[in-house]
Amino acid sequence: MADAITTPTTRSASARAVRMPRALRGWVLPVALIVLWWAAVRFGWSTSPLLVPVSKVWATAVQQVRSGALFVALSASLWRDLAGFALGASVGLVFGTALGLSRLFEQLFGPTFHTIKQISLFAWIPLISVWFGLGDTAKVVFLSLAAFFPVVLNTFEGIRGVPADLLEVARVLKYSRWQVLLRVVLPSASPSIFAGIHLALIYAWLATLGAEYMLVSGKGIGNTMTDGRENFWMDLVIFGVIVVGLVGFTLNWIASRIESRLLAWRGRSVAAF
Amino acid sequence: MAANDSLALPRPASAGAAPEHGGKAQRHWRPGLHHAAWLLAWPVPLALLLAWYVAARFAWIPPQVLPAPDAVWHTLAELYQSGELQANLAVSALRVAGGFALGLAGGLALGVAMGLSPGFRDYVYPTFKAFSQVPVLGWLPLLMLLVGIDEALKIILIAKASLVPIALNTYKGIQNVPTRYIEVARVLKFTRWQLLSRVVFPAAAAPVWNGIRYGLTHAWLALVVVELLASSEGLGYMIVYGRQLFQLDMVIAAVIVVGAVGFALDKLLALAERAVLRWRKPGL
Repeated sequence: MADAITTPTTRSASARAVRMPRALRGWVLPVALIVLWWAAVRFGWSTSPLLVPVSKVWATAVQQVRSGALFVALSASLWRDLAGFALGASVGLVFGTALGLSRLFEQLFGPTFHTIKQISLFAWIPLISVWFGLGDTAKVVFLSLAAFFPVVLNTFEGIRGVPADLLEVARVLKYSRWQVLLRVVLPSASPSIFAGIHLALIYAWLATLGAEYMLVSGKGIGNTMTDGRENFWMDLVIFGVIVVGLVGFTLNWIASRIESRLLAWRGRSVAAF
Repeated sequence: MAANDSLALPRPASAGAAPEHGGKAQRHWRPGLHHAAWLLAWPVPLALLLAWYVAARFAWIPPQVLPAPDAVWHTLAELYQSGELQANLAVSALRVAGGFALGLAGGLALGVAMGLSPGFRDYVYPTFKAFSQVPVLGWLPLLMLLVGIDEALKIILIAKASLVPIALNTYKGIQNVPTRYIEVARVLKFTRWQLLSRVVFPAAAAPVWNGIRYGLTHAWLALVVVELLASSEGLGYMIVYGRQLFQLDMVIAAVIVVGAVGFALDKLLALAERAVLRWRKPGL
């Protein structure tokens, strides 16, 4: 913290002062943590059964992959995640568009929606478990609820944020209502809509884990971790944490890629003339 | 409403302004419209309530699956009168306060350090990023093994949930302070402390505040989750307890309270925002 402010000049100066190449700096902390972990096991600093050796986590990972257990759990979780996400996001898209386009619809349903939205997501699970049981139906319903809210909010805000001048141009060009929707309103709102869909994907993954912890039935990565916890298999739990992180990261990455691909026209549009 | 109004094209209010502000301004000018909007908000919830009441009254749905609204109301009143509601609410509030305070302090410190020191950022940011990729719920089984299911688990999880958005927004907020502000400060020969307190922190205030709002929302979400999964008191526990006894009236009553508190927190922060960021005047 010696050279305090991030301006380009001080940044490069401090980079020169320290020997460690910048690309490697990010690895220092994780490597140090793993060495510490390894040392704690090697030199017996703690006798807790929870302190599993690094090698055991690796062995568990290999075993989970080889036996196909990981594949079964992960495919069950991902199937639920995507089914719930698809359902919630598409209903949310329609509902959000209706809220954005029609003032009457907004005045009728908006206040109710904004009130229900306040209920913490996971508080729905006990109710859903009574209404839909503990199986996949209940989980998919819950996941679609998790995906529904961010999509509605962002779609609504995106549509309300369409600049008035664009709509005036559409009026001058005598677009039909349908044309206005498809050629002006939705394209103009698309960044916000995609932001909502992206958020929904993240929420749905979080909700998948929650659903698997609380609606205990069947297989899934959440169930794998619950098994590990109940049996004090720390190696399995750590493996589960890593898989959950990787899946979240991958979903996020795919969503960003699709988003930038689909929104690429926005950057080009002016240059194309 | 006339047919050609139903596809409400956001009307050309003031072109650049956020549409919501346009709407509000218009309401002020035409008090009648304000009235209509207020009245229109009621049919849907009332219809839902009526449907719920009728369904319960004629036992279309068994009360174990959907208790009548008046039963829920009675339960809510009973829980309040017996003091059970307040006791559980206090437990939950204390947990959120503790966890959030910890997450706030840690998140601000981490965010400021990453924002101000490029060296620290290079070493810590990738690990922080990887750490934040695993959602709160992913850490839950690991933490349950490590610290048990006592108060520590709740505090740590809530702290983690609020730390990540606060640290991230603080870091980005400081990083995005325009270079020209800093150049002006150089010209004025500000000391380092003046630079921080008069330029960097005020310029980053809005994103930092945003992070704090997200942090509190996430803290509340995490509290409910952890109380649902591992707790013997608190609002979340009331939900689980009611579910186990198949007393859905208690479940719904507790869910309503959870929603109301979430709503109140959100409103409180919006009010605080107006006070905290009051000095930000629009342009010249």
